[in-house]
Amino acid sequence: MIVVKDITKSYHADTLETLVLRGVSFTINDGEFVAIMGPSGSGKSTLMHILGCLDTPSSGTYHLDNHDVSTLSDDELAEIRKDKIGFVFQTFNLLRRATVIRNVMLPLVYAGVKSEERERRAMGALNAAGLEDTYFDHLSNQLSGGQVQRVAIARALVNDPKLILADEPTGNLDTKTGEIVLETFERLNRELGRTIILITHEQEVANHAKRIIYIRDGLIVEDRKTHRSKTHLKI
Amino acid sequence: MKITDIIQETYLALSANKVRSGLTMLGIVIGISSVIAMVALGQGAQSSIQSSIQSIGSNLIIVTPGTQRGPGFTVSAGRGSAQTLTLEDANAIQSEVSLVKAVSPEVARRYQITSRGQNTNTQVVGVTSAYPTVRNLEVSDGSFITDQNLRGASKVAVLGPTTRDDLFGQGANPIGQTIRINRSDFKVIGVTKAKGGSGFSNQDDTIFVPLSTAQRFLSGDQYVTSISVAAQDSESTSAVQQQITELLLNRHHIANPQLADFSTLNQADIVATASSVTQTFTILLAAVAGISLIVGGIGIMNMMLTTVTERTKEIGLRKAIGAKKRDISLQFLAEAVTLTFIGGLVGIILGWGISFGVRYFGILQTQVTVSSILLAFGVSAAIGIIFGYYPAHRAAGLNPIETLRYE
Repeated sequence: MIVVKDITKSYHADTLETLVLRGVSFTINDGEFVAIMGPSGSGKSTLMHILGCLDTPSSGTYHLDNHDVSTLSDDELAEIRKDKIGFVFQTFNLLRRATVIRNVMLPLVYAGVKSEERERRAMGALNAAGLEDTYFDHLSNQLSGGQVQRVAIARALVNDPKLILADEPTGNLDTKTGEIVLETFERLNRELGRTIILITHEQEVANHAKRIIYIRDGLIVEDRKTHRSKTHLKI
Repeated sequence: MKITDIIQETYLALSANKVRSGLTMLGIVIGISSVIAMVALGQGAQSSIQSSIQSIGSNLIIVTPGTQRGPGFTVSAGRGSAQTLTLEDANAIQSEVSLVKAVSPEVARRYQITSRGQNTNTQVVGVTSAYPTVRNLEVSDGSFITDQNLRGASKVAVLGPTTRDDLFGQGANPIGQTIRINRSDFKVIGVTKAKGGSGFSNQDDTIFVPLSTAQRFLSGDQYVTSISVAAQDSESTSAVQQQITELLLNRHHIANPQLADFSTLNQADIVATASSVTQTFTILLAAVAGISLIVGGIGIMNMMLTTVTERTKEIGLRKAIGAKKRDISLQFLAEAVTLTFIGGLVGIILGWGISFGVRYFGILQTQVTVSSILLAFGVSAAIGIIFGYYPAHRAAGLNPIETLRYE
């Protein structure tokens, strides 16, 4: 469960202070599929970095599974990321010189999982992400964009994380492959009960989620359930 | 992160850029191999100089006549010109100085030698039977001069191999033949083993005759030109030298040691001087080679910094999926150390090969020591750590958000 309370984030450039997040609060329960939406410069990327434990807020608290992670050191944050968070990036970020299976096994290397178990878990994750077995030993630059993103999703899944954070996962894909990737997320949420947070600036993409948090100028302007969920909530 | 994982990651990273990794390694290979080869050259030179000094004789002290400087005379006739040493001096050293193994008085002079129409100009040395012991000389054919030859002042001669070649032809057997020295006929009774040029005098180009014969038929007086003394061991040489000086001053009735009419030369001093020269030489060579090793290390650092920049995004990803600072810095450090380690290994083999080649083709004497290999290995590992540390530290300190955004 994610509980965010009054989070602010400011950046200092010389004497100029830029307030990117100006007091954001929300709660995301386990098993939700949430889209965080907003135009560029709205602060949604900064929010994603904080939710992904890549950064800490300037003020406010962030509880991940009843554990305050807003004041941890870099290495403690790395520990949290390793155990609880899986990332899917717009630019995929696969290691080009490594095979598909090796890319997916990478988080397990840092988690200290035994070599024999790594392959089994990586294959399971790849199957869950919907990639056919024949591609497992390909280099990632031999795959299509949609396939690459499914490898990235498998990599995010392999550690069995609480939370999957996807930052513009369809940004570099055409509409059709984008749809397939979004359906993969929906399926993971529906069938495996994963908590998924999707960052996007496109309404169509956000519509795949069950709940959309709109953010603008560092503040939440709307937090509502979509048609995919039972009820609508407006604040 | 386990060691096997680090090794695997390192292999993947280095093999992804084979040419660059190879060229960077080449810097270390050249550095290490030149250190090994240069030190081997220096140490080879040192041991060959030492052994050639030792070949003159072991634990040797040589007494030579000093400057003739009578009362009132200010003109020196030059060192070694005086005729002050006699056979009695040699006998006194033998009987009165302790820790002496053997004493060999010698009379040496150059003569024109003829034999069956061949002729050569060489050094004729009048010696006693103690000479082979003192000067580490061995006889290959026939026999050396005996005490009986000495007592009878027999006209017999032992040839050095070079003289034998000059007079009788390469490898001929001269024993029983006659040679003519200064209008006297000498019968050849032996040939010595080749020792090679010692740098001081070529003992292979020498004719040995009994001391008594040399004094009676060749020089015509009772003096000797030098007395070689062998001490019992290397520790006692200075004590023996001291005793000889005191004894001879006493025998020659000289009160002031400054006015001694003889001088003594200790072989240990020569060896020590030569060793310190070659040691300096070795250090100089190693230092020059060491510079190329440092340049190689800078090459490693350069490559690692480039790699860190190139792989910024990868570093960001690794951090996002849970790599700690230590994991990142270990990975890059492992790459740098692997480069220097492999480079060092190849360098040692190459350096060994070079010094073997130099020895094999007879250019110079070389000697590869375990210590120089260990040193080279340690240095290459240290270079990997030192020059890899900064890039690794830089990679580990990168901000994950910025690295993920890096294009």
